[in-house]
Amino acid sequence: MTNDEFAFFLGCLIPNRLPAIEKASRLVCDKLGIRLYDMDGASCCPAPGVMKSFDKNLWLKLAARNLQISEKMGYDLITMCNGCYGTLKDASMELKEDKEKLSDVKETLNRLGLSFENVPNVYHLVEYLYFDYGLDRIRETITNKLNLNVAVHYGCHLLKPVKYRRSENFEVPQFFDELVEITGAKSINYPEKSTCCGAGGGVRSGMKDVSLEIAKRKVASIKGADCIVTPCPFCHMQLEQVSNIPVLYYTQLLALAMDIPKDVLGLEVEL
Amino acid sequence: MLNSIHSCMKCGTCTGSCPSGRVVSFRTRQLVEEHCLGEIDLDDIAIWYCTTCYNCMERCPRNIDITDDILRIREEAYKQGKVLPQHKDIMSYIYRTGHAVPINEEIKDLRESLGLSRIPPTTHKFEEALGIVRLLLEEGGFNDK
Repeated sequence: MTNDEFAFFLGCLIPNRLPAIEKASRLVCDKLGIRLYDMDGASCCPAPGVMKSFDKNLWLKLAARNLQISEKMGYDLITMCNGCYGTLKDASMELKEDKEKLSDVKETLNRLGLSFENVPNVYHLVEYLYFDYGLDRIRETITNKLNLNVAVHYGCHLLKPVKYRRSENFEVPQFFDELVEITGAKSINYPEKSTCCGAGGGVRSGMKDVSLEIAKRKVASIKGADCIVTPCPFCHMQLEQVSNIPVLYYTQLLALAMDIPKDVLGLEVEL
Repeated sequence: MLNSIHSCMKCGTCTGSCPSGRVVSFRTRQLVEEHCLGEIDLDDIAIWYCTTCYNCMERCPRNIDITDDILRIREEAYKQGKVLPQHKDIMSYIYRTGHAVPINEEIKDLRESLGLSRIPPTTHKFEEALGIVRLLLEEGGFNDK
């Protein structure tokens, strides 16, 4: 178990495209007393859609190098991205369950001068907030109840594969709705709530028209919402491209409920 | 790995659960069956339509690891050099910068205006770490050509 201290895995999209999400996450975690320590030299997780499709063994080794940084820091790893979570959580579990793979990865990293002994635990920030940190403690920090109708989007890799996830219910999950609703916002239902955003698996990068068509159908089914809230920068970017209403990352919503000013957050949305 | 596919009862739950299958001609059950029979066409663009949402795999009543199988099909395609140029570009970005999506000047400015470090503390800042990422990629047979 952790003491609310983590090796903070940034990934690619948040620091390199959507830094306002990094800003909101750092501010919110500070308010919550969750300490985030930078992982110097971390790389792409690596991208599950492309790297895991091309060469699973190489995917595992690059993921292990990131896990090794967290292990050397002495903290478990936390990520803000469903894609990074998909890679790092699944890689960590495969290494914990398969001694042969673990020793192969250790041998490779050792040869490159990196010692790797124990596989750290991997958390998604949103999952951690609900299952470990607890709604009650978050509630104490909320000083500006939001009067908003929110279309919640979970994203696939926060929920699946189920064998490596905290929530057993992937069909009708509740935990992210509850996290959204403690801000005062109301999570509205919509027909395509559980549908994939269409970005993953290399589809957005490889066949953007197909990818955006999936997103458009999803977003078209949202009625009566003031905004969409996501736990993933990739889903976020994808939905934002086809949505007429603003898309917020969860920590941005929470930051507004903590009364952190929009200009500090770099948020230009009208809600 | 594919033995379990022989227990497929062709119910079509996988095809019906696929988000891509709703917008393009991608039939999950057919793909997995072709793989099982060794009749897969690795040049078929369909193998790249999967978003890896895992719906098919989680809902399969026979517990066939369908999404994992599709990834293995793609791995075979990669070994034969049958990949999309856009995906190869992403591999190149990772090789050159450590990131599938590297930073640019506009985002550096934005980071600074938000009070974040101009360069994130990743391989963008630490050359030695990038060197190890490159070695791993080279050992895995990837060269940036």
